[in-house]
Amino acid sequence: MPCSIPGFVVPERRPSPRGGAPGPGTGGFGGPGAPADAIRRDEADPSSLAFEGDAGLLQVDAVAAGPEGGRRRLGQGLNVTAWVAIAWMAFIVLIAVLAKTGLVTWGDPQNSIASCASKGPFAQGGSAPGHLLGCDSIGRDMIARLALGAWESLLVSVGAITVGFVIGGGLGIIAGYFGGFVDTVLSGMFNVLLSVPAIVLALALVAFLQGSPENAANSTLPDWFVLILAIGIVSIPLVGRISRASALSWSQREFVLAARAQGAKSGRIMIRELLPNVAPAMFSIALLGIAIAIVAEGTLAILGVGVRPPTPSWGNIIALDRGLLLTSPHIVFEPSILIFLTALALNYLGDVVRTRFEVRESGI
Amino acid sequence: MRTELLRFIARRLVQLVIVLFVVSIFTFLLIRLLPGDPVQTIIPFAKGPQFAKERAQLRRDLGLNKSLLGQYWSYVIGLLQGHLGHQYSSGLPVSTLVDQSLPVSLQLMIYAQVISLVFAIPLGILAAYRAGTKTDSAINTSSFALLALPNFVLALFLSFLIGAKLHWLPTAGYAPGWLDQFFDGSQHMQLGQHLTDMILPSVTLAVGQIAVYMRLLRSDMIATLQENFITLAKAKGITNRRILWRHALRPSSLTMLTVAGLNVGTLIGGAIVVEVIYDLPGMGEKIFQAVESRSYVELQSYVVVIAVLFVVVNFLVDFLYAVLDPRIRRARTPA
Repeated sequence: MPCSIPGFVVPERRPSPRGGAPGPGTGGFGGPGAPADAIRRDEADPSSLAFEGDAGLLQVDAVAAGPEGGRRRLGQGLNVTAWVAIAWMAFIVLIAVLAKTGLVTWGDPQNSIASCASKGPFAQGGSAPGHLLGCDSIGRDMIARLALGAWESLLVSVGAITVGFVIGGGLGIIAGYFGGFVDTVLSGMFNVLLSVPAIVLALALVAFLQGSPENAANSTLPDWFVLILAIGIVSIPLVGRISRASALSWSQREFVLAARAQGAKSGRIMIRELLPNVAPAMFSIALLGIAIAIVAEGTLAILGVGVRPPTPSWGNIIALDRGLLLTSPHIVFEPSILIFLTALALNYLGDVVRTRFEVRESGI
Repeated sequence: MRTELLRFIARRLVQLVIVLFVVSIFTFLLIRLLPGDPVQTIIPFAKGPQFAKERAQLRRDLGLNKSLLGQYWSYVIGLLQGHLGHQYSSGLPVSTLVDQSLPVSLQLMIYAQVISLVFAIPLGILAAYRAGTKTDSAINTSSFALLALPNFVLALFLSFLIGAKLHWLPTAGYAPGWLDQFFDGSQHMQLGQHLTDMILPSVTLAVGQIAVYMRLLRSDMIATLQENFITLAKAKGITNRRILWRHALRPSSLTMLTVAGLNVGTLIGGAIVVEVIYDLPGMGEKIFQAVESRSYVELQSYVVVIAVLFVVVNFLVDFLYAVLDPRIRRARTPA
């Protein structure tokens, strides 16, 4: 696996507007002389990752790493902020798993206590003794609901990104490896999927797949599955274009030629030679992808097409009691803050991972 | 030169037609994704026999008595003639609803763009000029946090704090602005009220863009400031302020402006959640209501309208840049 040989690293990618802020002198987009194709459609959507999506952005030559550019041990040289972000994510995942498996209970997320309804910190009705974070509009404990909601939100977002990465990443490698007609068709498909605003596409898919109104019990597919499918499909073209560009540049390298000369079939080359090299670049955007999927889940829930009650998700807790924003702000803001902090942590970690898998030009 | 431009436009036009064709197939299939008989799902039998007329209208709108290909054909012909179906609760044609709601979304998008550029440009210049200093890292850190801040969280927070607690600005409601009368003649402009109503939604939408534009401008500007003509300008004794605003800004702003251009389409559809939270009667609010009442034909029409707008706007932006900047058409035409 060439990736592990010191001196070979993933190809340099341009700093993205999202996070890879170049230091002074490293040049950013190269200013006035930059090729105009650096401007890609996918950078236009701020809610999506600023994915660099085209082969033109990848420099085909791998950059030789300096002495400090070799592989570092995981966790080495992480700053405090990164550790805080990791701790936050570990905390959220732990809570979610404990709530789902029922190993530790914070009360019943479905049990409503009338005396507690709409009460909580900063609520007009006063605080709710025994319920640290208060209760929702029908008196269900917020901690129990937020904990189970964490499971639902993580399930949907991780699932969706997995779907996007397996399908999008696979198609991207196929497009990049074979090129020609296959590439034209697949890239065309990606472009068409990108031609509808992501949130509208996801909304339409969920609304139509959920079909039967009012009652979750009437639908053939569980809500989390429909959401994974919809957000996953939306992420396919974004992931696909990155993996295509990466596969395209790697497939022109000598080791691929060598494998072919030894009689390796296309499938083997794609899985054994290309995949390990494309994977790091993909992984570095997976965390950002999960952050975006969590926000997407919340957005869809507010638009009325999320996970349907009684199952709580961060999004639908907000959506259910949005009308009580003025009198019981805690119901709306507790999940909002969780979504924001989780998105922030994942964004930051994604940035850390990305800079790790990259060698800056200044490092040459 | 001419032929190069013409070839570029022709290629993009072919792409445009293909994309529009696929979008029409996709939206056509949406209704067919519904489990069971679409007519029954949309207007359930439980609602009673008085809905027979609506059901018949729906069957006609969908053309369900024809073959799948025939259904698609009549769907596309209908779209081309501007027939977008009916809203079953009111019997109004969807095109009327689009005329009422589209200008709201368009104005929101324009305000958001203006606000974000007005803030992003000075901040980007400042961050680039002070690159590597505390000012720069402060701007960068806050833009990082703003990027992770979901639209709906900010919208809820602002409407709670500014609207409900401080009572500074309205958080719901809408008065027609300067654009509405062109789409729907019955609207009368109330500019003052309109602008007041639009402040919070536009700011909410703009905040995320500020971070994006600022970062793009900053990185391009840092590169520009290394150029020889900047050194020359400095040597001539031109003031820093003049160098930054007059010499460096224009060559650095191409990436940012292109992204802003492409955002025009994204913001029309992407503003849904902001419109819903602030109760603006734009396309997003209409989509929300259609989803809520499971008015599928209406929803399908809104998806078509937004997708077509998005595709066409992106085409126009590409076209405009190809005319303005020859490097683009060369870069995108494979040798």
